[in-house]
Amino acid sequence: MSAILPPSDRLWWKQPIDKVEWAWIAIAFVWGMIMFAMMIYWHVFGKQNLSNETYRTTPELFAAKAEKFIAENTIRTETDQNIPVVKVPAGGDGYLIARLWSWYPILELEKGQTYRIHLSSLDYQHGFSLQPVNINIQVLPGYEHVVKMTPTKAGTYAIVCNEYCGIGHSSMLGRIYVKGNQ
Amino acid sequence: MATTYRTCPVSGLQFEDQAEKLMRWNAVAGVLWLLVGGITALLVILTRWPAIKLLPADQFYLILTAHGIDMLILWILFFEMAVLYFASSTLLRCRLATPKIAWLGFWLMVVGGITTNIAIFQGESSVMFTSYVPMQAAPHFYLGIILVAVGALLGTAVFFGTLVVARKDKTYQGSLPLVTFGALTAAIIATFTILAGAGILIPTFLWSVGLIKEIDAQLYRMVWWGLGHSSQQINVAAHVSVWYLTAAVIFGAKPLSEKVSRFAFLLYILFLQLASAHHLLSDPGMSAEWKVLNTSYFMYFAVMASMIHGFTVPGAIEAAQRRKGYTNGLFEWLRKAPWGNPVFSGMFISLVSFGFLGGISGVVLGTEQINMLMHNTFYVPGHFHTTVVTGTTLAFMSITYLLVPVLFRREMILPKLCQIQPYLFGISMSVLGLVMMGAGTLGVSRRHWDMAFSGAPFQYEWPGAAYLMMGLTGIFGVIAVVGGGLWILLVVGSLLFGKKLDGGKVSSQPTPIPPSTQAASAVAHGSDHVGVPGTVVLALLLFVSFVLYYFVNWKYLSEVWLLS
Ligand code: HEM
Ligand SMILES: [Cu+2]
Ligand SMILES: [Cu+2]
Repeated sequence: MSAILPPSDRLWWKQPIDKVEWAWIAIAFVWGMIMFAMMIYWHVFGKQNLSNETYRTTPELFAAKAEKFIAENTIRTETDQNIPVVKVPAGGDGYLIARLWSWYPILELEKGQTYRIHLSSLDYQHGFSLQPVNINIQVLPGYEHVVKMTPTKAGTYAIVCNEYCGIGHSSMLGRIYVKGNQ
Repeated sequence: MATTYRTCPVSGLQFEDQAEKLMRWNAVAGVLWLLVGGITALLVILTRWPAIKLLPADQFYLILTAHGIDMLILWILFFEMAVLYFASSTLLRCRLATPKIAWLGFWLMVVGGITTNIAIFQGESSVMFTSYVPMQAAPHFYLGIILVAVGALLGTAVFFGTLVVARKDKTYQGSLPLVTFGALTAAIIATFTILAGAGILIPTFLWSVGLIKEIDAQLYRMVWWGLGHSSQQINVAAHVSVWYLTAAVIFGAKPLSEKVSRFAFLLYILFLQLASAHHLLSDPGMSAEWKVLNTSYFMYFAVMASMIHGFTVPGAIEAAQRRKGYTNGLFEWLRKAPWGNPVFSGMFISLVSFGFLGGISGVVLGTEQINMLMHNTFYVPGHFHTTVVTGTTLAFMSITYLLVPVLFRREMILPKLCQIQPYLFGISMSVLGLVMMGAGTLGVSRRHWDMAFSGAPFQYEWPGAAYLMMGLTGIFGVIAVVGGGLWILLVVGSLLFGKKLDGGKVSSQPTPIPPSTQAASAVAHGSDHVGVPGTVVLALLLFVSFVLYYFVNWKYLSEVWLLS
C-alpha cells in the first residue's frame, strides 16, 4: 500500500506505467543523451578542450628540462627573489614547475599565439588555477602534461594553487604575462 | 536467541530489542560526530570569512581535515547504519541477524573514528579527507578510516543477513517494501565502495609505515574516488529512501509506480560505480575518451534515476493529497501540506534543494570540458553542501523528529523551535551553497587559507564580487551552524528531558505484516489513478532551469583562453 509495506499488488511489475511518468523518463533520457553529445560536439568544434598529451616523468627529469628552457629563454628577472621571466617562443614549448610553494618561472606569452605549456609537480599535488580567466587544471608529480594554450587577451595573470599542498599553499602564487601584439 | 518485540503505539512500527538498541546507539554516535563537525564548521567558516579570518593557517587546515572526516564519513555513516537496521529489522518486523556482529561493527567504527581524530588533532595529519598522495599523514590516520570501513562493512552484512531472516521467518509476503529496497541498493553500493576503499587505503597505510615505497598520484586519485564518489551514491540512495519513508508515514503515500521507482534505484547500482571519473576530469593522466565515456554515458543514467525519484516522490505525495480531497488548482495539495511538521518541511526542503541546487550544479560540474571552469574552486564544496548537507543531512535531521518519539520514546521538547529548525538550517544552507558556488564561479579556491596571498612574491586582487560572495558565505554559514546546532540541542534535549512516552506492548514473538487483501490490490490496480499536474509543473521548472544553466556554462567556457 505504501512505500514502507510490501507492494499491495504482488504482481507490481505488471502494472502499466502512467503516460506522464513515461514522458518524464523519456525527457530525462533524451536530455542525458544531449549532454553526452555536447561533450563530443565540443571536442570536434569547441575551442576549449583539455589536452590529452601526457608523459610519465620524474621530478629530476622535468626539473632538468625546465632549467634548460629557462636558461635559454630568460629575458629578465623580477622581484627580490630574482624570479626569471621567460619568453616562450611563439608556437613553442614552455615549462612551468609546480613545487612547494611556488610556480616557477614567470612565463611571458603573446596574445593570439599558441603555446605548448608543460606542467608538472616536483613534490605534492598542486592545482593550476589561472586567474582571472578561471581555468583550473590538476598538476601531479610524475606526469608531464602538455597543455596547448592560446591567450585571447593581453594582461597580467595570476596562477593560484588550488590543490591543498601544505602550510604554504595559500602563498603559492605565480604569474603569466601576456603581451598584446603590436 | 531470545529477544523481544515492541509495537510502538504511536506509529504501529515494531522494534526488535537488539535492533532498537543498535539504532539508538548508532544515531546518538552520529549526532555526536555532527556536533564535532559543527564546531569545526564554525571555525572553518569564520576563517574563510575574509573580514574575520579567525584561525592561523596550520590550525585551519587541521580543522578542515577534521570537518571533512567527521561530517562526511562519521556523521553520515553512523546515521546510515541506523537507517539500514530500521529498513530491515523494523520495516520487515523481524529479528536482526547476528546482533553481536552488528555491535562489533559499531565499536570498530567508534574506535576507528576516534583513532583518526586523534591523528588529526595531534597535528601531523592535516591532509584533508581525500589524503592525496604523496602528502603523508600519520599511519593511524589511515588505520582509523580502515577500521571505520570494516565496521561499516559488518553493519551492511548484518543488514543483508536480516533480509534473509525475514524471508526465512516469513514476516512479510511478496516483495520488499520500496524503502527497504532503496536501503538494499545503498547497502549493495556500500559493499562495492568499501572494497574499493580497502584497495586504496590499505596500500596507503602500508606506504605510511614504510612498507611500500611509492604510490602513483594519478592511480591513487582514480581508486580513491572509486570510494569517494560511490559513497556519495550510498548517501543519495539512503536519503531518497528516507524521502519515500517520510511520504509514506506523513501522507500514507504509495509510489506512483513500484516498477519505475525500483528501476530507478537499480540504475544507481548499475551506473554509479563508474561515475568516479567526474572527479578526474581536469587530471593529466586520463584520456578524453575515458572521461567522456565514464562521466556522460554512464553517469547520465544515474542522473536519470535521480530525476525519476525527483518526480515520483512529490508525485506520490500529490497523489495521496489529491485522494484526500485537496484537488483545487495545481498546488492546493502542496499548500495544504503540513508545513508546520518538521518531518515534512525538512524532507521537502531537502528534496527541492537537492534537485534544484545540488543536482543541477553536480551535472554541470561533471561535464568534461566545463569542469575546467570549476575544478578545485569553492564551487565544489558549494555543490556538495547542497547534496550531502541539504540533501542527505537535512533528510536525516527531519526523519529524526519522527524517530525520537517512536524509537527513543520521548516527546520532542520546544515544538515551536522544532518547527522552525528545518527552515533555518535548510534555507541558510541552500543559500550558503549558492554563494559558495558564486565565489567558485569567480575563481576563489577551496581549501585555501588566504585570499590576500600574504607571503607570496606577487599580488593578485580578487574581484570585489568574490569578496562579497565570501562575506555572504560567512554570514549564511554562521546561520547554518546555528540551525544545525539548534537541531542537536533539540534532539539531545529531548532525549534527556523530553516527556517519556509509553513504549507499547512487548511480546516475545514478531507480529508479521498482514498480507494485503485481494480487494486492496484490486483498488491499487489502476482504478484509483489520479493525475499529478502540480508535480509535472515542478518537474518542468526543474528541467528548464537545468537546461538554461547548463548552456550558460558552455557560454562561459567559450569565452576563456583557447585550449587544446
Ligand atoms: C553546519 C554548517 C556547515 C558549514 C557552515 C560548512 C562550511 C564549510 C565550508 C566553508 C567548507 C569549505 C572550506 C574550504 O574549502 O576552504 C566546507 C567543507 C566541507 N564540508 Fe562543510 N559545512 C557545514 C556542514 C557540513 C556537513 C553537514 C557536511 C557533511 C555531511 C559537510 C561536509 C564538508 C566536506 C566533506 C567538506 C570538504 C572538506 C575538504 O575540502 O577537505 N559540511 N564546509
Ligand atoms: Cu601548490
Ligand atoms: Cu597548493
